[in-house]
Amino acid sequence: MASHGIKDRVAIVGMGCTNFVEHWDLGLDDLVIEASNQCYSSAGVAKNDVDAYWLGTAQGGMSGITLSRPLQLDNKPVTRVENFCATGSEALRQAAYAVASGAYDLAMAVGVEKTKDSGFQGLNAVPPPNDGTGRTLTAAAMFSMVAPAYAKKFGVDPDELREAIAHVAWKNHYNGARNSRAQFRKEVSMDTIKKSPKVAGDLGVFDCAGVADGAAAAIICRAEDAHKYTDKPLYVKALSFVAGNGSGLTNPEYDYTTFPEIAACAVDAYAQAGVTDPSHQIALAEVHDCFTITELVLMEDLQFSPRGTAWKDVLDGRFDLKGQLPVNPDGGLKSFGHPVGASGLRMMFEAWLQLRGEAGDERQISTDRSLALTHNLGGYPGEMVSFISILGTQLG
Amino acid sequence: MQGIITWGTYLPYRRLDKSTIAPFVGQGGGKGTRTVASFDEDPTTMAVEAARGALRGRKISPQQLLFSTVSPTYADKTNATVIHAALRLNDSVTALDLGASVRSAVGGLMMAARSNVTTLVTSADIRTGLAGSAEEANGGDAGAAFVIGDSSSAPVAAEILAVTSATEEFIDRWRSPGSVRTKVWDEKFSEVTYTPLAKAAWKQALTDAKVSAEDVAMIAVASPHARVASSVAAKLGVARVVGDVIPTIGNSGAAHPGLLLASLLESSEANQVIALVSLTDGADVIILRTTEHLTTARPTPSFDEQVNGGAPLSYGKFLSWRGMMSIEPPRRPEPQRVSATAAARSEKWKYGFIGSRDKTTGSVHLPPLRVSVDGQRTDDMEDAPMADVLGTIATFTIDRLAYSPSPPIVFAVVDFDGGGRLPVELCDIDIEEVKIGRRVRMTFRRLFTVDDIPNYFWKATLVRDN
Repeated sequence: MASHGIKDRVAIVGMGCTNFVEHWDLGLDDLVIEASNQCYSSAGVAKNDVDAYWLGTAQGGMSGITLSRPLQLDNKPVTRVENFCATGSEALRQAAYAVASGAYDLAMAVGVEKTKDSGFQGLNAVPPPNDGTGRTLTAAAMFSMVAPAYAKKFGVDPDELREAIAHVAWKNHYNGARNSRAQFRKEVSMDTIKKSPKVAGDLGVFDCAGVADGAAAAIICRAEDAHKYTDKPLYVKALSFVAGNGSGLTNPEYDYTTFPEIAACAVDAYAQAGVTDPSHQIALAEVHDCFTITELVLMEDLQFSPRGTAWKDVLDGRFDLKGQLPVNPDGGLKSFGHPVGASGLRMMFEAWLQLRGEAGDERQISTDRSLALTHNLGGYPGEMVSFISILGTQLG
Repeated sequence: MQGIITWGTYLPYRRLDKSTIAPFVGQGGGKGTRTVASFDEDPTTMAVEAARGALRGRKISPQQLLFSTVSPTYADKTNATVIHAALRLNDSVTALDLGASVRSAVGGLMMAARSNVTTLVTSADIRTGLAGSAEEANGGDAGAAFVIGDSSSAPVAAEILAVTSATEEFIDRWRSPGSVRTKVWDEKFSEVTYTPLAKAAWKQALTDAKVSAEDVAMIAVASPHARVASSVAAKLGVARVVGDVIPTIGNSGAAHPGLLLASLLESSEANQVIALVSLTDGADVIILRTTEHLTTARPTPSFDEQVNGGAPLSYGKFLSWRGMMSIEPPRRPEPQRVSATAAARSEKWKYGFIGSRDKTTGSVHLPPLRVSVDGQRTDDMEDAPMADVLGTIATFTIDRLAYSPSPPIVFAVVDFDGGGRLPVELCDIDIEEVKIGRRVRMTFRRLFTVDDIPNYFWKATLVRDN
């Protein structure tokens, strides 16, 4: 028994991504049509060329018909998947495995969420009928417990930590200001970030990702067929997923300074891809910056920084657009908002643009390194799912 | 002989300074304070807390449970079954609600005194009225609980010597079910009506108890009318009247006779004759003689400790907690109603706060697990009752966005003594009080109500040195 991965067996050969904004004039159907048509066009295929579909949506609709009806697919297999905030990544993971298995030649993953039809702020999960004893906190509150625990454990001055997580927001807004698909396209000053009204704990409005509507899509084929569709395919090097057992909520040994599910997921992903020195082999990372403190801790769980030091690396600008390892060069959840089913594929879309040298002058990073990492999490500290993909332009 | 084996009282944490009412409303209020049940408390939860005080640390198995309140949370459905579940009583225990009048509460005590089984008698009330009314200012919220049984089953702290009543129909205080406004007739009418009833019941009680008024060391007179209570107390020939707590905690309706009886017991010495007189729709008298077991039966916290405790609450919060003023909620979805079937399956956890303990490793799981955390064994667990286990705050946060009937939510990760962790809401706390390392205890609360289903579960509250 082992996690073998499917390194270099499949490739992404086309992608599409809508703007992520409050699409008051577009419904879920409109969003999947736009992302899918961009994707067919990107891969140079017709709709009917795609053999099977995976739709990721957390609350956009039930069953594959949520996709087959708006796209008017002709008797195609369509599977709807949900895996918390990693839903979009999960759709791609399943499509990739289906192609790797030999079951299909071409598969498409579509992720979509129409969040802004609820009339509420933030994301709103609808739990199944239950006994009423579960937590009712917001995600912001659950993640806000990480910052004081981190400061205490590593002896970081709370003001310095405040500065570091504000830098995460500053950086992601700086990057998002240079991305036409992002919802928030203005740079935000450190002062504004630090003085923003508190939402939960010490996390202010600018420490939290926004909410948006959006969709993204990817087409997968066998690696050996990739050049039939594009000169610049992205080979799948690793797809790793961990669903935690919730022990952090019940085990007093969990200290809220790390996300063990993500650390385990990273070990698996690097092993699948043969990555031994992540921070020097990877060109860019798109990570799940649902809250600023989350991104900071992820730098350690993803092995980019030694434990207890990510706050220094953040302040040193190591993860800035021109830094040693750009993180969220597209602006991240901070600039895009988080349409749950689409975000994982939106991250891969940035990897697609950056590694192919198509991110545009304002945002393009160096392509000396050929690997990108995308990371998607769902749930809360103590009870979390984690997804990591590693994609690359070269075989081997 | 039936007697009181043990007792407990519960006063909610918050106090309303009645002088804050008139500047807001333009009338009403007055001097002193009153107790205020939190937004997440109701008579059922307060009865649970009072009963926990009575039962804590004692091996007592009541055979029946009686509950009285004027403001029951459920109609049709029994409220006492919630109390029964929260106290983890045996399935064989009868659990009954008495009728929704103030007199039912003292009636529960009298029924238990006249029965031959061990009875847990609980009462609790939330008293309010229209803004600026005397009822609003003079009311109070509280719970009381007594275990009454035969001296052969457990040592009794006070033997019951006599139980008498004088009943008459007259309209002095009334309201329709569901209304917040209690209406009163002329208090003088009450006084002239109650006085002869009290004298008649008192005389019979002295006869039945074979004591004279001079033999009675101390008396307590409970009445919704303060004037009637003091007037009658002066006429019964007893030298000492129990301390007046109404200026501090208010008159808590159905709970009030129980509070006064507890106060009597806690301020008496062994081998004294004491008496409770309750004046609602008649007169009811219970005469008791304390025993040498009185001191050991005193509960923790005591009634006096609770009277002297508490923390202030603004009048605006008081109005919103009682539903008299609607406050803009956070723009978040309101919770769903509780699933009756899911709640039934998790009765031990939801109501009894019973987790599971791994028989092999000893680790405690909240909520209970069936499979060990190493994934290796299924159903290798035993019950881990955690309601009376103290814990420590490992970390905490304040959620200003989440839905709450009274935002913001103060929330902490609590590590329990001897193992077990639960991320849980804190209650009865001011934001600046929450700190890592503070000690907490669990308390039974009503989280919210949807579709007329109250969602009962547990919260943590600070352990405070009174």
